[in-house]
Amino acid sequence: MSPAILLLLALALGLAGWLAARGRAWTFKRAQPGVRLAALPSYHGWYVALWIVIPAVLFAIVWAALSPNLVLQSVLASPAAADLPVFGLQRQTMLAEARNVALGNSPAVFNPAAAGLVEPFRSAISFYNWIGLAATLVIAFLGGAFSFLRLRPDFTARTRVEKMVMTILLLASLVAILTTIGIVASLVFETIRFFGMVSPIDFLFGAQWNPDPMSNPLNPQGDRYGAIPLFWGTIFIGAIIAMIVAIPLGLMSAIYLTQYADPRVRAWVKPALEILAGVPTVVYGYFAALTIAPGIRDIAVSLGISNASSESALAAGLVMGVMIIPFVSSMADDSIAAVPGAMRDGSLAMGATSSETIRKVMIPAALPGIVAGVMLAVSRAIGETMIVVMAASTAANLSANPLDSMTTVTVQIVAMLTGEGSFDHPATLSAFALGFVLFLVTLGLNFIALRVVKRFREAYE
Amino acid sequence: MTVVHDNLEDTEAKMRAHDVNVFYGSKQAIDSVSIDIPQKYVTAFIGPSGCGKSTFLRCLNRMNDTIPAARVEGEITLDGENIYNPKLDVVQLRARVGMVFQKPNPFPKSIYENIAYGPKIHGFAEGKDELDAIVEKSLRRAGLWEEVKDRLTDSGTALSGGQQQRLCIARAIAVDPEVILMDEPCSALDPIATAKIEELIADLSGRYAIVIVTHSMQQAARVSQRTAFFHLGKMVEYGRTSDIFTNPLEQRTQDYITGRYG
Repeated sequence: MSPAILLLLALALGLAGWLAARGRAWTFKRAQPGVRLAALPSYHGWYVALWIVIPAVLFAIVWAALSPNLVLQSVLASPAAADLPVFGLQRQTMLAEARNVALGNSPAVFNPAAAGLVEPFRSAISFYNWIGLAATLVIAFLGGAFSFLRLRPDFTARTRVEKMVMTILLLASLVAILTTIGIVASLVFETIRFFGMVSPIDFLFGAQWNPDPMSNPLNPQGDRYGAIPLFWGTIFIGAIIAMIVAIPLGLMSAIYLTQYADPRVRAWVKPALEILAGVPTVVYGYFAALTIAPGIRDIAVSLGISNASSESALAAGLVMGVMIIPFVSSMADDSIAAVPGAMRDGSLAMGATSSETIRKVMIPAALPGIVAGVMLAVSRAIGETMIVVMAASTAANLSANPLDSMTTVTVQIVAMLTGEGSFDHPATLSAFALGFVLFLVTLGLNFIALRVVKRFREAYE
Repeated sequence: MTVVHDNLEDTEAKMRAHDVNVFYGSKQAIDSVSIDIPQKYVTAFIGPSGCGKSTFLRCLNRMNDTIPAARVEGEITLDGENIYNPKLDVVQLRARVGMVFQKPNPFPKSIYENIAYGPKIHGFAEGKDELDAIVEKSLRRAGLWEEVKDRLTDSGTALSGGQQQRLCIARAIAVDPEVILMDEPCSALDPIATAKIEELIADLSGRYAIVIVTHSMQQAARVSQRTAFFHLGKMVEYGRTSDIFTNPLEQRTQDYITGRYG
């Protein structure tokens, strides 16, 4: 009995409850024609339906997480499990094989020793399936009965439903928060393991980065885990070069679109700009690696700079800047358009020109939205992977020359995780530490930006 | 047909509109209006909602330019110069013909910056002292100085509605205009704030040509020396305020001021 079937079952029961409760509310109405119900019959229906569906669905979710473990426990308790190796890979493999056969996912076990486990698995699975089904039915029935018995002509089902809806909405927003917490937690544990092998001081302040995932993890003498060049590369490409491109272009296009563009021009330029945001970043990566980077090298060489790299930070940064123009421009556009027209009229009526009005009145008033757009763009650029993987290099250079090759945090995360190194090698674990620090940096940037905006914003309402 | 009273020769015209038509797209909002706005008097435009009085007011400093669909025909002169001449600098025009809006719209800046905005962009002040002097003078003229002199750095939006409107008037005065247009300046204010604004208009009237659009006939009677009655995009009657309210020549004016419609 898969969770999906339990879910459908709960929904079907909910529908039945809805119809029954609505019918009951109608009978109240018919029994006493003069009496007015405290809520429409359909609200009685929703009240009962929610009481049936929500507990049953919550149980189904918990059960889906719990039942494989229960099945395993009962299999291990069976006599056939006594012959299993005590621990290790072989034990896991045998259990997995037997389970796949029991579920019908594979025809037969590869290891004959696992054959004896198939039958215990099969019976445990079906036993717990029946338990799950029965429990779901009982819970749905109890919820339905409890709520159904409360229905009265004067029962305020409408306000109850309102409260339940609010709870559902709250749960929905909690999912996002819990996911964030889960992500942080998963990073933190691996990061702690990494810092057990490499000192945080060396990691945060070291200027040399050359881990080798294939080296002996017990004797990583030659490896250096100084992340400064990576963070410098990230900031140089994502926050400096890309922003030099994206902020002026994004802001100017937003100003043009909101203040000067004819509605007909705006109607097609704005969607066209937003298409830029929909281009897959890997396509930008091709563009950067195949078109921009060689072009920049050729120009640099023709200017007499002979050591220009074909994988320059400049190429990656420029293309990334173009990629995030829509983030800056559409947030700026929205917040400039939200400034009341009365501000603009007030300034124009004093004999200010359009550009003075925009510079001195509209932009200060729209500043929070503009800064928010820029921050979003910076976070996006810092976390961007594909363009830099394709156009920047993996050489960790600490340099301020945009024509040098550089690498970024995200490139190194990819490089460390896609190697052949084992999972307890510090090089592999360094990917988590890098990710965690990157997360903290973007979090800090957003926090600072919010504070800055609060302090300098010109609130117009 | 417009009736213009014939006892208006004693005044010299500051602005003169001749046969002005305004269209919003294909809809005609103003139909052939001609009027002389006198120097150093308060002229009130009255009439029912949608009669075009605000539209016409906005023609006088070309604020209708900011509405893409609006089209203005005819001639409006300021000191004899056609303001719709394509060669005319609309920025200069608006510095000479200031405007105060229906809803107070101070900039979300400090009180000081609100007043200093105009003088700064027009380069009226050299140095901080001169700017300070302009700010103080403008606020004094708008009767706001005593109330705000100790908190010039507070945001203009933190003031009460009536103070905000006086701030907007002070802001308009700061660029030293010749004409001040007011588009229902008291419609968002309570009676006490309204009384203060009316007092202020009376104080200012000797110095500037003021044109005020109002829904309140009592207000028009209290503050203005000239009144024009608009109806359905046309100017019906124009004359001395006392004549319009006591002795209207047109039946429609009579009906409006006695409350028959509007």
